[in-house]
Amino acid sequence: MADVLWGLATSHVPSIGAAMDRGKTEDPNWKDLFDGYAPARAWLAEHRPDVAIVVYNDHANGLDLDIVPTFGIGTADSYPVADEGYGPRQVPDVIGDPELSLHLLESLVDEGFDLTVFQELEVDHGLTVPLSVWTPDPGDAWPCPVVPILVNVIQYPQPTAARCYALGQALGRAIRSYREDVTVGILGTGGMSHQLAGSRAGFINPEFDAMWLEKIQTDPAALAGLSREELIREAGSEGIELIMWLIMRGAMHEQVTKVHSHYFLPASNTAAGIALFDNRPA
Amino acid sequence: MTAVLTAIPTEGTSMSTHETGGRLNVPGTPIFDGQTSRRGLRLNKMLMSFRSADNRERFSADEAAYCAEFGLAPEQTQAVLDRDWTAMIDLGGSIFYVYKLAMMDGRSMQYLGGVFTGMTEEEFQAELRAGGRRDG
Repeated sequence: MADVLWGLATSHVPSIGAAMDRGKTEDPNWKDLFDGYAPARAWLAEHRPDVAIVVYNDHANGLDLDIVPTFGIGTADSYPVADEGYGPRQVPDVIGDPELSLHLLESLVDEGFDLTVFQELEVDHGLTVPLSVWTPDPGDAWPCPVVPILVNVIQYPQPTAARCYALGQALGRAIRSYREDVTVGILGTGGMSHQLAGSRAGFINPEFDAMWLEKIQTDPAALAGLSREELIREAGSEGIELIMWLIMRGAMHEQVTKVHSHYFLPASNTAAGIALFDNRPA
Repeated sequence: MTAVLTAIPTEGTSMSTHETGGRLNVPGTPIFDGQTSRRGLRLNKMLMSFRSADNRERFSADEAAYCAEFGLAPEQTQAVLDRDWTAMIDLGGSIFYVYKLAMMDGRSMQYLGGVFTGMTEEEFQAELRAGGRRDG
């Protein structure tokens, strides 16, 4: 039986990838962020899963606004790294696991989560930056195959926090019903509080973020009770992407063990958080 | 307000929200909803085209003609030609799409943040480094 080995929640700010790509991780503006990643990276290097599921959103790179799927899943053999306007990041292309993708898709559709299928998908910083947070020096390949799960967090109405948490719970059941005996790492990406446009641009809410970092472990159901309006007001119009952490958390057991967490601001215009949880019974 | 939020100390009264005409209204916060996206579709499709280097070159060669090719409304074309970033957002641009034009101009997200808030890029960045802004 397959099961989730760990869950990693992390921001996916493009400048975090750029700072790594340009060797700026010791720069005073960035050092504390990358120092904060170190304990999680060390633990993850010792706990390599067979496959990873990355819950993320695209930012006008793999998808445009012609079609706005609320939830989607990649079923491809591989996912090229997108050119976001300045050439693709120099990181490995992402290898897929279509067999697991199709199993998850069927299980989730049977449970009423009608995901859009992506047979071709270019992945942007929303997916590759979290992989870099996990594995700073991948060499020729990322540590394992990846199944992308996409969430619309850009165009209102985004899915509710409650729906994301329920999707995560169904995803956990789908993983545990997979016939292959594989271990799964699951990444919930995005956040934390930030807002890019409008006269409230630059909004950051450390109290909300601290509450979220604690409750994502201890009381995710409470976070799932937040409305879209509350999330936009308290976390900012882009901070609402924190709902993707709830898909990760829902796929894990009720009790999880925190390995490490860290909070840093600002990464560009964003409060950046990382939280790593061990899903094995304590 | 749910219990999970009442536990957080906030200075929230100045950020009270309400529904206006069925649309979400958070002060100082553009909501990229379905109506906005309908309005901005042509503009955003043009901005999306900047993913390709060939298109970036064609745009730079004749910006107005490129806007016409994508069927932008006159005020959208004017906002693009003037680099009126606030107008682009007001006319249906999504920040993630508008940012593609900013990147072509060598502008950062902090520069745009300064424009949206009436500050220089340096002032905006200083506010972020000081812990971020709490209010519009």
